[in-house]
Amino acid sequence: MNIVVPIKLVPDLVEELEINDEATDLERDFLTYRINEFDDHAIEEALQLKEAHGGSVAVVALEREETDKVLYTALAKGADKAVKITGLDEDASSHTAAKAMCKVLGDMEYDVVLTGVQAADDRDGQLGVLMASYLSIPHVSVVSDIAIAGDKLTLHKEYSGGVMASFEVTPKVLLGVQAARQTPRYAPVSRVRQIMKEAELDEVEVEAEPGAGSIVRRMYTPEKGEGAEMLDGSTEEIAGKIAALLNEKKG
Amino acid sequence: MGQEILIVVEHQGGEIADVTFELLGKGRELASKTGGTLTAVLFGSGMQAAAASLGAADKVVYVDHERLADFNPEACSAALVAVVGAREPWLTLVPNTSMGMDLAAALSARRDLPLVAYAIELALDGGNVIATSQLYGGKIYTESVLETGVVSVLGGSFPDAAGRVEGTPEVETFDAPDDVATGCLRFTGLIEPEGGDVDITQTEVLVAVGRGIQSEDNLAMMEDLAAKLGGAVCSSRPIVDNKWLPKTRQVGKSGLKVKPRIYLTFGISGAPEHIEGMKNAELIIAVNTDETAPIFEHADYGTTEDLFDIVPALTGMLE
Ligand SMILES: Cc1cc2nc3c(=O)[nH]c(=O)nc-3n(C[C@H](O)[C@H](O)[C@H](O)COP(=O)(O)OP(=O)(O)OC[C@H]3O[C@@H](n4cnc5c(N)ncnc54)[C@H](O)[C@@H]3O)c2cc1C
Ligand SMILES: Nc1ncnc2c1ncn2[C@@H]1O[C@H](COP(=O)(O)O)[C@@H](O)[C@H]1O
Repeated sequence: MNIVVPIKLVPDLVEELEINDEATDLERDFLTYRINEFDDHAIEEALQLKEAHGGSVAVVALEREETDKVLYTALAKGADKAVKITGLDEDASSHTAAKAMCKVLGDMEYDVVLTGVQAADDRDGQLGVLMASYLSIPHVSVVSDIAIAGDKLTLHKEYSGGVMASFEVTPKVLLGVQAARQTPRYAPVSRVRQIMKEAELDEVEVEAEPGAGSIVRRMYTPEKGEGAEMLDGSTEEIAGKIAALLNEKKG
Repeated sequence: MGQEILIVVEHQGGEIADVTFELLGKGRELASKTGGTLTAVLFGSGMQAAAASLGAADKVVYVDHERLADFNPEACSAALVAVVGAREPWLTLVPNTSMGMDLAAALSARRDLPLVAYAIELALDGGNVIATSQLYGGKIYTESVLETGVVSVLGGSFPDAAGRVEGTPEVETFDAPDDVATGCLRFTGLIEPEGGDVDITQTEVLVAVGRGIQSEDNLAMMEDLAAKLGGAVCSSRPIVDNKWLPKTRQVGKSGLKVKPRIYLTFGISGAPEHIEGMKNAELIIAVNTDETAPIFEHADYGTTEDLFDIVPALTGMLE
């Protein structure tokens, strides 16, 4: 099967997130972006399916400073094709990005689209479900355990409490991947460097078409205050305070 | 139709999910402020009787079809799109759950309605709805202004008591549109989790470990600590995805909900999906080197000391 994996670059949550003066968005100039962690799972799952059953894997991302490196990394892991979409606002909303992705998919051969299940900044919803709806193909979110059986796919969708539903589907289909069957593989830097010399990224320019949106009137960090009482002192003292709290609570 | 608020009823195995009652409670409050009506939309097969627990709503719109018996993203989306197309509600509230994720964005795309996801609060301002979303793993909140549209609401945002009203509202059946029957996605069954070695929902003291523990080898030290406390080790999702611990130890949205006396976290950031499973613990103590980690919003006590320093020191102090 031919699989397409849309990849999103998201601010690294390990870094401090600052809010702009208008309090409507992040102060994005100094942020570092990295691949959304669930997209690493989507790529891994796509590669596993290809390795077991043949077919191809193409990765697609919107252009921004870090995009080339992320796309080359996917090629180094085993993807066959990497497409960079230009001409769009790099922080396009999910609706706008979904429409752009659909245009790009129109020129590609695909059976399955695997997105990450969600990203930490998708205020207006999951791109995958939007895309599937625009493409009139079925979608399932929160997916794991994808398997190919003849011309069908089987998969699990996770609910709460460890309960899962199983589904069967004849492609085309779009799936939001929660976890790959194994920890996503790692591409050594030397391999990525080599690929950068050998391979080329495809570039497609797309015109933006805004989808239904809403306005952010305020962005803020949740107030501290009701939060935790921070314990102070040396490591020993802090450990001692925790021990005291535990002993008191255990009674 | 004026100010109709539509709520999508989530159910599984014939049982209505708590989050439905949370939404009904909040929807009722909003409807009484706007003078509008509250409608619950129920999809199922032979599910009419469930309307009896949806008394908080003014009306139940019920769509019956065999393909709606168990949640099917394709069939349910088609049904919801048709209901919303026919009623043109002012606001549609969907739970931000595994099921709701498939519905909210599909409705938004197919009816071209604005969507705000991850809402934890809903308020009114003039004729608009202000939806507060929790983004960036709980580090950032946004207030979005909606004239009309779809909001998906995180579970646990509102008390469910207000939405639990007995009594059967007027039930209006809505014929399933043709595209509910067609389609190529087939539900083939539910898989219940296997029983684990330890039932973390029944354990009084939980030592919760997250990605901060770095490697599987470091679990031993956490097990030692848990043993000294007479408790058990549980974890955030990445630990289970890495297969370092079984699924039965995962706390959170897709894992288990726990309510222990003591919940001690090490290297867990406090993403909303984790918080959903443990926020009702009696005493929460968090160890995380990042002072901006959202876990500190929910903990009673916290420290930014390195877990690799704290754990040995603490274990050494306990009898
Ligand atoms: C549909 C869905 C369902 C989900 N269900 C669940 C669920 O059930 N349960 C769940 O947990 N997650 C769930 N998630 C995942 C969730 O979004 C987060 O990705 C996850 O909770 C993060 O786990 P973490 O806190 O261990 O890792 P991270 O977010 O990576 O946090 C690691 C933390 O460790 C700290 N740290 C690092 N080193 C040290 C050190 N030496 N000492 C102290 N602290 C340190 C860091 O500062 C950081 O805050 C779900 C996601 C989705 C999309
Ligand atoms: N702008 C984007 N470019 C490419 N892929 C995206 C984009 N936004 C979302 N995705 C994909 O959709 C998944 C869910 O992200 P989100 O829609 O932001 O919740 C991501 O993991 C990606 O696979």
